[in-house]
Amino acid sequence: MSTSPSSPAASDAAAPAGVPVVDVDPFSNEFLTDPYADHERMREAGAVIWIPKYGIYASARHEEVRTILNDHATYISSAGVGLADFNKETPFRPKSLILEADPPDHTRARSVLARILSPKTVMQVRSTFAAEADALLDGLLQKAAREGSIDAVKDLAEVYPLKVFPDAVGLESQGREMLLLYGNMIFNAFGPRNELLMRAAEKVKPVTQWIMDHCRREMLAPGGFGDMIYQAADAGEISLDEAPLLVRSFLSAGVDTTVNGIGNALLCLAQHPEQYARLHADPSLARPAFEEALRYESAVQTFFRTTAVAAEIAGIAIPAGSKVLTFLAAANRDPRHWPEPDRFDIERRPTGHMAFGSGIHGCVGQVVARLEGELILGGIARRVKRLSLAGEPTRRLNNTLRALGSLPLKLEPA
Amino acid sequence: MISFILISHDGRATTLQGAEGHSVMQTAVSQGVKGIVGECGGSAMCATCHVYVDEAWRDRLAPMLATEAEMLECTSSERRPESRLSCQIKLSAQLEGLVLRLPESQQ
Repeated sequence: MSTSPSSPAASDAAAPAGVPVVDVDPFSNEFLTDPYADHERMREAGAVIWIPKYGIYASARHEEVRTILNDHATYISSAGVGLADFNKETPFRPKSLILEADPPDHTRARSVLARILSPKTVMQVRSTFAAEADALLDGLLQKAAREGSIDAVKDLAEVYPLKVFPDAVGLESQGREMLLLYGNMIFNAFGPRNELLMRAAEKVKPVTQWIMDHCRREMLAPGGFGDMIYQAADAGEISLDEAPLLVRSFLSAGVDTTVNGIGNALLCLAQHPEQYARLHADPSLARPAFEEALRYESAVQTFFRTTAVAAEIAGIAIPAGSKVLTFLAAANRDPRHWPEPDRFDIERRPTGHMAFGSGIHGCVGQVVARLEGELILGGIARRVKRLSLAGEPTRRLNNTLRALGSLPLKLEPA
Repeated sequence: MISFILISHDGRATTLQGAEGHSVMQTAVSQGVKGIVGECGGSAMCATCHVYVDEAWRDRLAPMLATEAEMLECTSSERRPESRLSCQIKLSAQLEGLVLRLPESQQ
C-alpha cells in the first residue's frame, strides 16, 4: 500500500447543485455495524445523492443501482470498483482482468471464467460438495451435543467454503487461512484508507506472495478450475501471462463472499424461528432461503463505478470521471421494488436482487455460491429441528463485506 | 403494454402483459409464473428462464449473444433450435402476441 491517499481531501468536497446531500460515512464503524437506518435515509433523500465526506455520487435505490450496473459503457469498471480512481492513482495490486476491466478485454476473461463456472461444470462438483457438507454437518451435530453450541462462523461458515472451493480450484490444503486474510484485504481495499484497511493490509506482503505463488500452474491440481484456466491459455483464448491473474480472481472472490453469505443466512434463520420451521418442514426451500438471505443481508454491500463520459440518471447530471457508489444491500431493501422489504421471507422470490451485482460484471461464481448455500442450509434443515442463538453474534467490520466474527448457535437435533 | 402468450409444459396457455423494454423473464417472474425461475436476475448466468419460441416467431427475435448461446448448453430440459433464455427477450411492439412454450423443468 504505497500509493498516495485516496480520500479526496481533509475538508469535504463541495456538493454539485441540485444533488441531494447525505452527510454519511458508509465506511465508518457505526455505519458498517448497522447500515440499515442510513440506507433508508439515503434512499429517501433521492435517486442519486452526494456524499460530501468522499466527494462521490451514490445510489441506494433498486432501479438506479440496476441501471448503473447494466450500463457498463457509461459506468466503467477499469478505473477501479472501489473508491480509488485508477486513472489518478496506481492500483495497489495489478488490476483484475475481469473485475477491474471493460469490454472488449473483460469479455475474453469473462467468457473463460463463465465457462469454467457454468451450471454444467458446477453440476459435476455437486456430489463432492454435498458429501463434504454432510460430513461437516454430522461432525457439528456431535460437537453441539457435546459442548452445547457451535460457533457457526469458525466451525461452519469458514470451514466449508475453505474446503470445497479451493479443492475444486485444485489448491493444496496447507495454508488456506491465507485466503481469508487476502479476501479481507481485497474487500477492505474497495473503501478508503481507513483503520480497517490499514489493519487488514498489515500482512499484505506475505499474504500476496502466498496467493501469487498458488496461482502458478505447477501449484494447481490437474483438472481443477485453476488448471482449466491454463488450458484456456494453451488454447489461445487468453495469454499465459493472464492465466495466473485469472486464478487470482478465484482466490480473491471465491471464499470470503460465500463464508459470509452462509454466515448471514444462518443468522437470519436463527433470528426468524418461524422461517426456520418452514425450512425444516420442507428442506427443498434451502435454495430460495439462501437467496432471500442474500437479499436481506447481502454479503457484498457496495461497489463503485466511474463515469467514462458525462452521464445523466434520474434527471441528475454526473460529470465524466466521477466515482459513483452503488449500495447493493440498500437496493435489496428498496420499498419501491420489494413489498415489505424488511421482512425476511424464505418463500419470497427475490429474483432481481443485487447481491451478486447485475449485468456483465454480475458475479461469475454465483452458481457455485448458490450450490454451497443450498447444501449447507438443506443439510441443516434435515438434521436440526430448532436453530437458536446461544449468545450474541459479533460482526467483523469490513469496508465492503457484511461479515460475521462469531455466531454462537444451539442446534436441537431433529 | 405488450401482450405475449406462455404455454405451460402441460399445455395451458396464459396471456401476460409487460412493459416495453422489460424482459419476458422479469415480466413472468413478477407476475408469479412458476415455470420460469430466473435465478440470476437476468444476466444470462443460470439458464433457469429457458423457453421454446413458437416457430412463427423464431426469426422475429433479436439474434442471441454468445453468452446466451453458451448458457443454453446448461439448460435442465432439452435444448432445441428454438430454445432461448427469456431474460434476453426484451418486449417491444414487434413482439405483440409472441408465443413461448415452457420446458418441463428449469433446474
